[in-house]
Order: sequence, then structure tokens, then C-alpha cells
Amino acid sequence: MSPDDPNNPDFTPEIGAPTDITPLGRTGPKPAHELTASEDPDPVDWGAIARDPDFHALLRAKKRFIIPGTIFFLVYYMTLPVLVGFFPDVMKRPVWGAVNWAYLFALSQFVMTGVLCVLYVRASRRWDAMNAALLAKFKHR
Amino acid sequence: MLFALQITPALGMFLAFVAVTLVITYYSARKATGSSAYFAAGRSIKGWQNGLAVAGDYMSAASFLGISGIICLKGYDGFMYSVGFLVAYLTVLFLVAEPLRNAGKYTMADLLAYRLKARPVRALAALSTLTVSTFYMIAQMVGAGGIIEQLIGIPFAPAVIGVGALMLVYVVFGGMLATTWVQIIKAVLLIAGAFALSVMVLGKHGFNIGQFFDSVSAATYAGSKPPVNLLDPGLAYGASAKNPWGAWDFTSLAFGLVLGTAGLPHILVRFYTVPDAQTARSSVVWATGIIGVFYILTTFFGFGAATILSMSDIPVDSKGVPNGNMVAPILAKVLGGELFFAFISAVAFATILAVVAGLTMSASTSFAHDFYSNVLHHGRETRPGEEVKVARITAFFVGAISIALAILLGSSVNAAMLVGLAFSVAASANLPVILFSVFWKRFNTVGACSGLAVGLASSIILILLSKNGLFPKDPVFPLTNPGLVSIPLGFLASWLGTVLSAPEPGAEEKFAELSVRSQTGLGAEKAAAH
Repeated sequence: MSPDDPNNPDFTPEIGAPTDITPLGRTGPKPAHELTASEDPDPVDWGAIARDPDFHALLRAKKRFIIPGTIFFLVYYMTLPVLVGFFPDVMKRPVWGAVNWAYLFALSQFVMTGVLCVLYVRASRRWDAMNAALLAKFKHR
Repeated sequence: MLFALQITPALGMFLAFVAVTLVITYYSARKATGSSAYFAAGRSIKGWQNGLAVAGDYMSAASFLGISGIICLKGYDGFMYSVGFLVAYLTVLFLVAEPLRNAGKYTMADLLAYRLKARPVRALAALSTLTVSTFYMIAQMVGAGGIIEQLIGIPFAPAVIGVGALMLVYVVFGGMLATTWVQIIKAVLLIAGAFALSVMVLGKHGFNIGQFFDSVSAATYAGSKPPVNLLDPGLAYGASAKNPWGAWDFTSLAFGLVLGTAGLPHILVRFYTVPDAQTARSSVVWATGIIGVFYILTTFFGFGAATILSMSDIPVDSKGVPNGNMVAPILAKVLGGELFFAFISAVAFATILAVVAGLTMSASTSFAHDFYSNVLHHGRETRPGEEVKVARITAFFVGAISIALAILLGSSVNAAMLVGLAFSVAASANLPVILFSVFWKRFNTVGACSGLAVGLASSIILILLSKNGLFPKDPVFPLTNPGLVSIPLGFLASWLGTVLSAPEPGAEEKFAELSVRSQTGLGAEKAAAH
């Protein structure tokens, strides 16, 4: 059945549709992702989870990694344009053959990105475990 | 006929390639259609597949044609785009991908509308999506027009109109064909092409990296230019007597690049085709890896082009400015002959086709859905099928405006530079409201609206006042990229709008829920389970 057919009861987006916004021209209720908070039926006691100490521990664990990590990569990255912009003569100095500091520092950004990706994935495994424990607690209630 | 078309082997191969990609797109889309296909297939999109699709979306005309050209002509300053485009993925990974996926929302507008007042934020979010997409589209049109100009030998303006019309037909009449698979296939072909080009370039230098960099630093475009060391920064953006703001230019460009990706509508929606936050995370990591390899290769086919091509190989526009967007295909022609040229051109063209299709659809659906239906008609269709009609009309206008602007700017304007501007607009208008709405309890509708409006207006006005806008000779705003000013303005406006207006108890009440949803993923599977 065509997604544009008004009789099609399924108003989820097609897989890989360029926008993944609900296909247009459907009548009927809104899909879940478009509901606003007031329209959303609420089977979960969100407030109870939000007050749970384990939830705060999860948030703290994430913040402990994400905030310093973000500051680090923004500062490390922005150092590059500042150095090549304001101190071009230093950065033009060749280090290895014709390769200069400017190119080496740019290359180190690739390494930095790779290392931070790996660190993030490792940290996020810990958060996944904390998250699973938190959600399990609320399932049993 | 106006132009005598000659079917050369290169053109034949090009057409065959484009046809094959279209057929693959069409069939993969057909197969995935049907009730609950999203749910079933959505679960089967794996991290690496989505990573390839994200990489495919990202390696548009700007990354491949634009960066190689700007590196070849301006040296190190062009490589800054490669670095910035890549590091930007850390912003996506750390701050945006998982919370957005977990919250179970599909677009930026969905996310904002969830706890704020739906109508005003949807209207402004639609406007900002339209603007960012149009900038992005212009870059693709310029690249595509250049390729057709080279392949068939027709002038740039009719080439852009032809390409644009072809793409519009594809989007307007084809509707929502699946682009995920064409992006995956294209990403693989593009990486393969980039590898082949790099190996050929290195082969010219005896597979010796040291020798390669030595010849880059002494590149003269076959003697037609006095040698400048392309490895030195500052050839495009450096401070000079003519441009005392050069160093700030560097900083502003870099700032826009690193924060821009996290606000690009067509990249953000990619994270919703995967089942959960873990897969969203792994697809960002895959995409980062693939894109990282690709951008390191730009060293070889960007800098390398300068050591192999001569100035007469690079086409010039009507004003005699070299057309930097055609460096990669021409390098392929010089190194690998006509057929390799056709292959590289076809891959670049397929890239553009897929990216434009995605962009046009996200722009026009966002307008039809967010603005026309939800804002003007309060979420109800007055007549069935009206939204589709509005979306198609919008697609036509977005395409027509991009074509007109592309012709106005001419073939020599660099695609990477144009996309750099789109990044700054996205970072100024979209990123502040996305972050605040997920992480700041007090954030309210006034804050979101002022952030979107100020970020969008300031970045556009500053671009218009700059060298790239209305004042090419004597710019009012000295920086070529507005990011350094307009991004802080976007954040400031979101913050000021919030603290100066009355608190919105409804929005704050629902923050606990959005926070739990976005951090734990609880309730997110509901979005797919119909």
C-alpha cells in the first residue's frame, strides 16, 4: 500500500526516507514522535525517576566525562586556527623534510578525534550499565 | 538542438553509472516500503550501515570537489576544512546524537515542540531548516553544474539549470525514495575512488611520503606560477596588508565548522533510522572513522593535484578565476584517463543527486509539515493530500532559488566555502536551542524563538555584509565567515530571551520527563513501535 494512500493505517516513516518526518498527507492520529508533552499519554512516573539518586549518579557520571571532554576538544581544536592565524611564522617552520608544524598539528587533530571517540565509547559502556540498573529498578515496582 | 551532444565513452560510462545508482535507489526503496517497514527495517539498520550513510550524506560536493580544489589552489588553508569537518563529529557524539535519539523525536522541531509552545517554535525551526538547506543546495548545484560543464561541454548556466531541473523532477515526482542505500553505495565508491586517486598521486612521487611533501612545498603548477609553499598557512585567510583580519578569519571559520554539524537538519535525522542510542553512538563512531580516513586522503589528492596539474588544466570561469571545484575530476583525467574521469565524475554526481534529494525533501517537508499544517492549520489537514501538494511546491521553489543563486555566484565559487557558511548558520540558529532544550530546565518558548531568530538573522546579515555577500570589494563586516560573532549571539539571545521573560511552568514541569527520556532512553522505543 502506498504511503500516500489515505487508507494506509501505518503512518510511520519509510525506512531511509530522506527526512524521516512522517510522510505527508495522512489523516488520523499523530505518530508518537510528534506528540507534545501535553498530548503524550504518560504511563511512566517520570518525576520519580528524575528524583532517584541513581539517576543523579548517572547524570553526574556523564557530566564528569562530557563537560571536560568537550572543553578539551574545543580548546585543542581552536588552538589550531589561533596558532596558524596569529603565529604563522612559527607554524611555517619545517619539522620533518618539508612537513611543518602547521601540518603536523592539523594531523594531530585526527589522532585526537580518534582517541576521544574511543574514550567516549569506553565511558559510555559504564553509563549503559548504570542506566540498565536504574531502569530495571523501576520495572520491578 | 541547442548543443550538439557527443556520446563519448566517458559520457556513456557516466550516464550508465548514474542510471545504475538510480535503479538501486528505486528498488531498495520499493523493497523497504509497506506497512511497518520502518519498524522492521529500522531495527535492521546496523551501526556501520548507518555510519556509512551518515558519511555518505556528509561527503557531499563540498567535501570531495570543494576541499580538493581549495587545497590545490590555496594549500594549507583548504586543509582546515578537512580538519574542522571531522572534529565537528565530536560535538555530535558528545552532545547531540544520544540525547536526541533517546528523546524519541525525529526533527529539531519535534524536539522543541515537545515541551515548548508548538506553533512559534515550529514556524522558526522550519524557516531555519529551509535556510540552511538552501545554502547547502547552492554548493551542490555549483559542483554538479561544473561536472556537467566539463563532461558535455555546455556553458555553466544551462548546465546548472539542466542539473537542477533533473534533480527537481527526481524529488518532486519521485517523492520519498530511500536514499540510505544510495548513500551507502556511494560512500564506498567515493572512498574507493579517493584511495585510487591517492595511490596514483603517490605513485608519481615514487611512493615516498617525504618526496611527496617536498614536491608539494615546491609546487609550481608546471612552471606557470612562481613557487609558493602550499604547506604554509595563510594563502587564503592569512593576515596581510590587504586583509588585517586574516587571523580572525581562520578562527571564525574553524568555530563555525566545529559547531555546525550538530545543527545540520539532514545529518541529525540520520540518527533516527537506528533502533537505539547505542546504535546511534556506534554509527557516529563509524562515520567519524570513515570520514577521518577520507579527509586524510584529501592531503594526497588535494596537495598532490598541485604537483601534477598545470594551471592550464584547471578550467576558468568567464572572469578568468580558476574553478576550484573541478580539480579532483581533472586530476582523475590526467592520472587515469577518460574512463577514470567518468568514474570519478559519476560518483561525484551521484553524491550530489543523493544529497540534494535528501536536502530538498527535508526542507520542503519541514515547511509543509511544520509551518503549513502545524502552524497555519493547527495540525489538521483541510483537504486530504494538501500537505503533499504544499511540499512539492516548496521543493520547486527551494530548487529554483538555489539554481538562481548558483548561477549568480558562478562556477568558480568554492563549494566547501559555501557549505562552511551553511555550517555557521546551522551552528548559530539551531545548536543553541537544541542544547538548551535538552540541558536547561528554565529554557522557554521566548528563549527558543529569540535564539532561532537572532542566530538565523545575524548569520545571514553578516554574510550579506561580508566579502561573500553584497560587498565583494569593500566589506562592511571584515570576516568571510560569520561564526565567531553569530554563534555567541545565538546562544546569548536564547539565554537572554529566557531569563528576561516570565518562566514557563509547563515547560519546566516537563523538563524532568525530557531529561529522563533523553538520558535513559526510556520510552524511546515507543517512537518506532506502531
